[in-house]
Amino acid sequence: MKKSNIIMLLAALLPLGLFLFPLWKITLEAPQYPTPLGMYIHINDFSDANPHDIKNINLMNHYVGMKYIPDAIPEFKIFPIGIIITVIIGLIVALKGNYKWFLYWFILMIALSAAGMYDFYLWEHDYGHNLDPKAILKFTNSDGTQMGFQPPMFGSKDILNFKAHSYPRLGALFLTLGIGSSFIAYLVGKKNNKKVVASE
Amino acid sequence: MFKEIPVFSQFPTSGYGYSEETKPMLNTSHGFIPWGDSHHPDISQTAGEIDGRFIFINENNTPRIAKIDLKTFETTEIIEVPNSAGNHSSSFVTENTEYVVAGTRFSVPIPQRDMPIKDYKGNFQGALSFISVAPETGNMDIKFQVLMPGFNYDLSHPGRGKSHGWFFFTTYNTEEASTLLEVNASQNDKDFIAAVNWKKIEEYVNNGGGTMMPADYAHNVYDEHTHTATSTMIKEVRVVNPIDVPGAVYFLPTPKSPHGCDVDPSGEYIVGNGKLSANLTVHSFTKMLAAIEGEKFDGEAYGIPILKFEDVLAGSVEQPGLGPLHTEFDGQGNAYTTFFISSEVVKWKLGTWEVIDRKPTYYSVGHLTIPGGNSAKPQGKYMFAMNKITKDRYLPTGPEMEHSAQLYDISGDKMELLLDFPTHGEPHYAAAMEADLIKKRSQKIYDLEDNKHPYAAFSDTDTKVVRKGNEVHIYMTTIRSHFSPDNIEGIKIGDKVFFHVTNLEQDFDVPHGFAVLGQNTSELLIMPGQTKTSIWEPTKVGVWPFYCTDFCSALHQEMQGYIRVSPASASTPLKWSMGEDIE
Repeated sequence: MKKSNIIMLLAALLPLGLFLFPLWKITLEAPQYPTPLGMYIHINDFSDANPHDIKNINLMNHYVGMKYIPDAIPEFKIFPIGIIITVIIGLIVALKGNYKWFLYWFILMIALSAAGMYDFYLWEHDYGHNLDPKAILKFTNSDGTQMGFQPPMFGSKDILNFKAHSYPRLGALFLTLGIGSSFIAYLVGKKNNKKVVASE
Repeated sequence: MFKEIPVFSQFPTSGYGYSEETKPMLNTSHGFIPWGDSHHPDISQTAGEIDGRFIFINENNTPRIAKIDLKTFETTEIIEVPNSAGNHSSSFVTENTEYVVAGTRFSVPIPQRDMPIKDYKGNFQGALSFISVAPETGNMDIKFQVLMPGFNYDLSHPGRGKSHGWFFFTTYNTEEASTLLEVNASQNDKDFIAAVNWKKIEEYVNNGGGTMMPADYAHNVYDEHTHTATSTMIKEVRVVNPIDVPGAVYFLPTPKSPHGCDVDPSGEYIVGNGKLSANLTVHSFTKMLAAIEGEKFDGEAYGIPILKFEDVLAGSVEQPGLGPLHTEFDGQGNAYTTFFISSEVVKWKLGTWEVIDRKPTYYSVGHLTIPGGNSAKPQGKYMFAMNKITKDRYLPTGPEMEHSAQLYDISGDKMELLLDFPTHGEPHYAAAMEADLIKKRSQKIYDLEDNKHPYAAFSDTDTKVVRKGNEVHIYMTTIRSHFSPDNIEGIKIGDKVFFHVTNLEQDFDVPHGFAVLGQNTSELLIMPGQTKTSIWEPTKVGVWPFYCTDFCSALHQEMQGYIRVSPASASTPLKWSMGEDIE
């Protein structure tokens, strides 16, 4: 098996780490929460950083009219299927394909990841802005528009008394490494292909 | 102060002793007793070292021993001690918490009976109770009681290390007086320290020794899953006559009505704090064993051999102060004794018996505490003295005031006063330990999933109101910031209304309170995941508010509801709601 195909094989398998480790983590810090509230986002689940955190995030958020974080969202079914299908495609590409296919897989993964991120952004935006009109506390921005409580996609942000942090976790690293490796597989494959062409 | 833990007394802040769940904790063979006189907390031990699992504490007046679970800092078990009266030489634990020991201060007729008081001498007896503690659960059970002569058993401590298996009790009133004890019990030049070989008696009992005597005592156990206590009456207790177990009990003559009975960390020295003596007497365990071996007795008392004073004496601290009461140890060869009359703590050296330092206390110190004091491994960095008299130490609060205590640094040769502080009176005795022992085990909430309370409700929609004759059971929930239900109608005069309130919170330190106008029990303070019940028997027709009494959240003031009370003859239907009007 060619070196590039071995790298591609690895690249195709790495996203499976998403089934073992969380994709993302959102943490909320405030003085009266000496242990910050936190939520892990997995490919197929939300989970507490510490016991009952999601329940307590919901309790706190209901004051500003935010909806409860759902137990399940459609993405929890779609994303795992998507990952498994792309892994299978990646494996076929690694076993049968050449370096050009590695690039196609890379582009596919970038596109799907971007779509996933956009979907996540839409959910987050809705979660932070689609507020109950009977909310107990209503806040407006300085321009008079309704204040939203959308957590950041990436990074840290002050939301009222909380400081929200949103950062990728190990699962995201596996996915990134997988996507990155497929590009390396492409480069290695292309280089070797040139050598082969040149030597002929 | 971090927490006030109700044990033997009702506590309206939390509803302890008022709520339906905790009323059984205060049940006794004398009925419901709403108060107690607690004296000596002692922390459980493993291999002679404090393990931070439980605190045991005695109730002096209606003899009981309680256990506090340090996971939750809640009282989880109380056992009444039959045949005992003035449960004072209690509640000290043995090296591996095999037993928590409860000795009687007052001797009484055993079994209790109608008899002339003047016939005390020779007829009254003193019971020393050995309460076994189950290793895993901590469950208490009176294994046996040793029925001793009719003296007063004042204080006690376990042997440790080499003396593990023995227990030592100071006695006074060996004169067996029943009146004007201040004079009549102060006549003998020496009273005794009773040395009890409990291992020997345990073996005797395990082989069927002793007799079961009819008794009547309460055993109250709190279940942390049902959040409910049950009280069981026990009808017999095993008693042992010490002369039936040869070699089990000896008397060590000790000058002048000894009070504290303290054993040093090595288990060799037994300090008898003769409160009317000029000197402090220290006995040697090794010499005691040799004297027993040599059978050198100085007579007997009711069949119990008396050892010779000189044979068991390790040494005495000459004229260290006036009125010695209690001694603790720093684990570095020094002892610290409180002197009530001369109002001071005196540091002296074990073995050489020389006085090293003395510091005044304000005023008239009783007990003192060094963390890990009653163990083989004291942490001798700090010591605090708990005083009996306050007078002018702090800003005036009229004739009655809280009591004073002083904290000293004892890490150097000389003691140094660090802090003089008022504390809840009377600060009788304290047990102290390194915080790390409890920090890692401390519980933050009660898991709602483990709540097995029969009247618990687990969501806002799970709530209901059920009538059974004139009893109305309200299955109520609390969560920031509302009650469910918060409108209730159909209650009538003559009803007994049970508010079963479950706190649905699962976050650290988010309790909710419950109070209803005219509640003649007490408010409830319900911790996350807990269910508590308050009975309300309305006496007036009207619409009465109830509300949360713990400032729970930003919308705490909105956390309220109404309950409508109709005349007994009314036909108002039983209805309830939350978030919409009752139609």
